[in-house]
Amino acid sequence: MADGTGVLILGDASGGELSSTTLELLAAGQKVAADLGEDLSVALLGDTLDAAAQSAIAHGAQKVYAVNHPLLADYQVDLHLTALEALCKDTAPRVVLVARTNEGRELAPRLAFRLGVGLAQDCLEVSVDTAEKQLLANRPVYGGNAIAVVSCDQTPQIAAIRPKAYEPAEADSSRQGEVISFPVELDASMALTQVVETVLEEAEGIKLEDAHIVISGGRGLGGPEPFAQLEELAKIMGGTVGASRAAVDSGWVPSSYQVGLTGKTITPDLYIMVAISGASQHMAGCSGAKVIVAINKDAEANIFKEARYGVVGDWETVLPALTAALRELTQS
Amino acid sequence: MAVKICVLAKQVIDPEMPMAAFRIDEGSKKVVPPPNIPPVVNGFDENAVEAALKIKDSQEATVTVISTGTEFALDVMKKPLSMGADELVLLQDDAFENTIDSFLTAQLLAAAVRKLDGFDLIICGRQASDWDNAQVPLGVAELLGMSCISLGKRVDVIDGKVRVERIIADGYEVVEAALPALVTVSNELGQPRYPTLRGIMAATRKKPTIWSAADLGLDAAQSASRITLRDLFVPVSDQECEIIEGEDPADSGRLLALKLREDKVI
Repeated sequence: MADGTGVLILGDASGGELSSTTLELLAAGQKVAADLGEDLSVALLGDTLDAAAQSAIAHGAQKVYAVNHPLLADYQVDLHLTALEALCKDTAPRVVLVARTNEGRELAPRLAFRLGVGLAQDCLEVSVDTAEKQLLANRPVYGGNAIAVVSCDQTPQIAAIRPKAYEPAEADSSRQGEVISFPVELDASMALTQVVETVLEEAEGIKLEDAHIVISGGRGLGGPEPFAQLEELAKIMGGTVGASRAAVDSGWVPSSYQVGLTGKTITPDLYIMVAISGASQHMAGCSGAKVIVAINKDAEANIFKEARYGVVGDWETVLPALTAALRELTQS
Repeated sequence: MAVKICVLAKQVIDPEMPMAAFRIDEGSKKVVPPPNIPPVVNGFDENAVEAALKIKDSQEATVTVISTGTEFALDVMKKPLSMGADELVLLQDDAFENTIDSFLTAQLLAAAVRKLDGFDLIICGRQASDWDNAQVPLGVAELLGMSCISLGKRVDVIDGKVRVERIIADGYEVVEAALPALVTVSNELGQPRYPTLRGIMAATRKKPTIWSAADLGLDAAQSASRITLRDLFVPVSDQECEIIEGEDPADSGRLLALKLREDKVI
């Protein structure tokens, strides 16, 4: 594949409709396709894709490749990879955009290796060098301490985009597009891994990724018990509770609470960080928060360089006073 | 039959170093290793060593650690041995520079795995804390044509299969694959064990195998570049933090609530 044309997005319609990360990719892809002066296509893999395909067109895709197969109904990495590899080889896109979800984290690198091309991983922003028709990708490295600008040397140029780095594309039902059925030959023996059980351990209440207010606790809390106080504050404010990696590693809360580079990416309106130093690896998961509030006894903690409001003090004293005052305010 | 396990590990700049010590040489687009702060074994790779040793705790197994780089701090890279790994293989050559291009690294590691006649199970950290690329392990699996399970928090070998608890957004799933297989693990696997005194003594006596590019029959210069690093910079935060200060910490907490209301944050 020496050359290619167009932008291909790997869409996710596993819930029957397009995922929020797909809508974000559509926003990123529209801009890239427009700068290249080329088409925007979406690949959808599954067994019932009609509604999602129409939605992709309304959200800005000129073409949708519907890869319908009963074996693609549930996500299985080998089968999805086989289908994607075939689609990329056949349609020869110039650019492929993938969301860096848990699936994208494995699909994008493996697809790149299969195609013998490079991957710009975990990008915050992609732009186009229009003269060279090169994708330029901004990606945090060294846990977010630095930003690297990279480009891919072969075609297709693949980039994995961090969730929530882009606002979702807007729908416009007057848009026209074409749905193209792309047949693939798959059989069950191609799946080298089998899921034998799924265990859900999501916290009760509002999902961390969807919450408008998040209150996270870190290493400085010293144990699991103080999380009850964070839960109390979250309840008053209509928010939800998260945690730093240190708190998860200590076993104080389940890993589904973890915010950060290797945990969840959140973009709440208000993010209250209690006893978290604010290492770049944590900030990588919350830099999209509109307002950050820090409570930390260490005045030198990095978090005071990132927060909008801060209180320097021991959480054990500050938090109950904050909670009591907020309870009063919300009741009045 | 002993389970033959390989762990791929990387030497990295200590990610816990003070942020103030983080420096970039803009000319060469490289991170300058901080003086007086020794490098460490990548944290997720220590989780991988722990995963391998847990298997070795319960059944007959050998654990070989492979790393690639231009320059190694031997006492640092021997840590997996002092934790209980059996062998250390270092792929050391000036051509193996730490780059953002994962393709070459994966090729080197795959070549070393082949030279060691393959493994039943390869365990890797999910990503390295320097370039955060999270590509090399998956690339090794692709190059070797192995089945691959990513983001494990528990790894068991049962009846010729690997069984992995794989992290998903809202919990985990139990995934199985026939051996040989490659698994990447995350910090959710739990704290790596500390080296024992006996382990440290044993590690002191062990000599790593050191292979160059020529030993692997590879010419790094022949490998086409896949990624170009155009720029590398430290992002600037222009956030001004307003410190809320009351008469005492409790008063500060109360004033913070009032301030959030006053500024219509809540």
